[in-house]
Amino acid sequence: MKKTKSRLSWGIAWILGIFWSVVALLPFVFMVLNSFKEKFELLTEGVFSIPKSFNLENYKTVLTGNFFRFFFNSVIVLVISLTILLFISACASYPLSRFKFRLAKPIYSLIVACMSIPIHITLIPVFKMSKDMGIYDSIWALIGPYVATAIPISVFILTSFMREIPKEIEEAAQIDGCGKYQMFFRIIFPLAKPGLATLAIYNGVNMWNEFSFAYTLTQSSANRTLPLAVWEFQGQYSMNTPMVMAVLTLTVIPMIILFIFAQDKLVKGMTAGAVKG
Amino acid sequence: MGKKELSLAAKRKQDTRRAAFVFLLPIALLMIVFIFYPIVDTFYTSLFKWNGISADKTMIGLKNWVKLAKDTSFWTAFKNNLVVMVLSICIQIPIGLALATFIDFGGKKMTIFKVLWFIPLLMSSVAIGFLFSYALATNGGIFSAISKIFGGGNIDLLGNPKTALYTVIGVIAWQFTPFYMVYCMAAYTNVPTDVYEAAIIDGATKGQYFWRVALPLLAPSIKSAAILSMVGSLKYFDLVYVMTGGGPGTSTELMATYMYKQSFVKFNMGYGSAVAAGMFILISLTSLITMRILNGRKKGDA
Repeated sequence: MKKTKSRLSWGIAWILGIFWSVVALLPFVFMVLNSFKEKFELLTEGVFSIPKSFNLENYKTVLTGNFFRFFFNSVIVLVISLTILLFISACASYPLSRFKFRLAKPIYSLIVACMSIPIHITLIPVFKMSKDMGIYDSIWALIGPYVATAIPISVFILTSFMREIPKEIEEAAQIDGCGKYQMFFRIIFPLAKPGLATLAIYNGVNMWNEFSFAYTLTQSSANRTLPLAVWEFQGQYSMNTPMVMAVLTLTVIPMIILFIFAQDKLVKGMTAGAVKG
Repeated sequence: MGKKELSLAAKRKQDTRRAAFVFLLPIALLMIVFIFYPIVDTFYTSLFKWNGISADKTMIGLKNWVKLAKDTSFWTAFKNNLVVMVLSICIQIPIGLALATFIDFGGKKMTIFKVLWFIPLLMSSVAIGFLFSYALATNGGIFSAISKIFGGGNIDLLGNPKTALYTVIGVIAWQFTPFYMVYCMAAYTNVPTDVYEAAIIDGATKGQYFWRVALPLLAPSIKSAAILSMVGSLKYFDLVYVMTGGGPGTSTELMATYMYKQSFVKFNMGYGSAVAAGMFILISLTSLITMRILNGRKKGDA
């Protein structure tokens, strides 16, 4: 009796599991399948028809266009922002986690409280600033906001990570005459590497996909990042669904590659932001 | 002797403070320039009528705020945000938990599902917005295609003001459910295996184990997931802006899309600032109230 009941519930669970797989994958099938079609093929042949010929024309058009420009803009913004972010967040987390001074707690609370601030409240002033500084419509306008908005979560995670480093290590170094700055560069920073790796993935994915600032602070397609590539191509080929699907597929590929080669790290990194508010 | 020790301690304290200052300086500068100053400036700009470009900037006092308080579009947007918030929590977290439970109970052979179900999270919100604006299109969309198989007509989910918001919520659920699945899976790994073994030896079925043992142990994680989802839903922007632009009418308008359109499409930067500031206040209040309620209950439990 008990066994048949449990078998029945497992059966239902499997059906629901398969149903969810269909829900999760159908839009991807739609995207990839249609990206190989000709302009009107999906209207005449149906959405889920197998492409008549797996023609790569759409991909060729996209790749010979501005696509790589967008891609490299994204890479440059990502590398510079992430390097600055990780270094200065580690710097800030060191005193907040390991020094005893009166302001440590209030400063920490203030930084953590900034985690729930909607970026939209900063959008207009940042837009103005970028115009005043003459960096509007260049990828340099993105670096400041990208770093600043990622600081709260980064400091939060790194501080809790650095708290776990055993005190004995620090004490031993202190006896050997190691000052606070040497301590950071020689001991704390290297020991914080696993935490930094997780943060690099978490923030990297967010910056790679960032839309609001990129859309507001840049204008010409030569200076835009990858999420806006879709926007540009969509404007150009809005009636040509297969072409848009090809762009979309291309923008997902870097993430899929990362997922294949570093699945566990990626999953861990992407959920790093899941912390109690 | 004693005096010298004291000054040594004072010196050490001073050194600590100085080092702390140096280490904190870079983030302090960046946060002041890109977060704190902009917040203040947004409130300040909300007192002006300004198109964002010309030097013509007139102080109009609280007129923008009065307008905001009477602006039905803004309050519709806020209400939509709340609907998105409640339904996101009620849809994403239970499904995420169910998927995680399925994988956790099923053991190693479930890895394939874990991989498949994670995939939506690999796409950016912008890409998802575009993908679904095509995939849900009246002509040549997935639902229309399915409906045709069963002899039905085209289905227009995003163009109909009655269904648009729920469709958007569905797409958001599609995007974020995997996140809560992974989150719950991580919570499951914190449940010690001997708890499971003890429950099974005592004759509990898996269903009983889930409801009586696992779920209470997972409750704190589920609570923080709910807070996370709540804050996220109130700030939501990219996907909706790309997919519907807030339309049709104001049926899918959110506070952030409304703010963006006022400021950067209509170039009412003064009023846009008031919307942004209003949004900031409402989000802070909602988060504070929710945290208070949740933390209050925790104290009651203990």
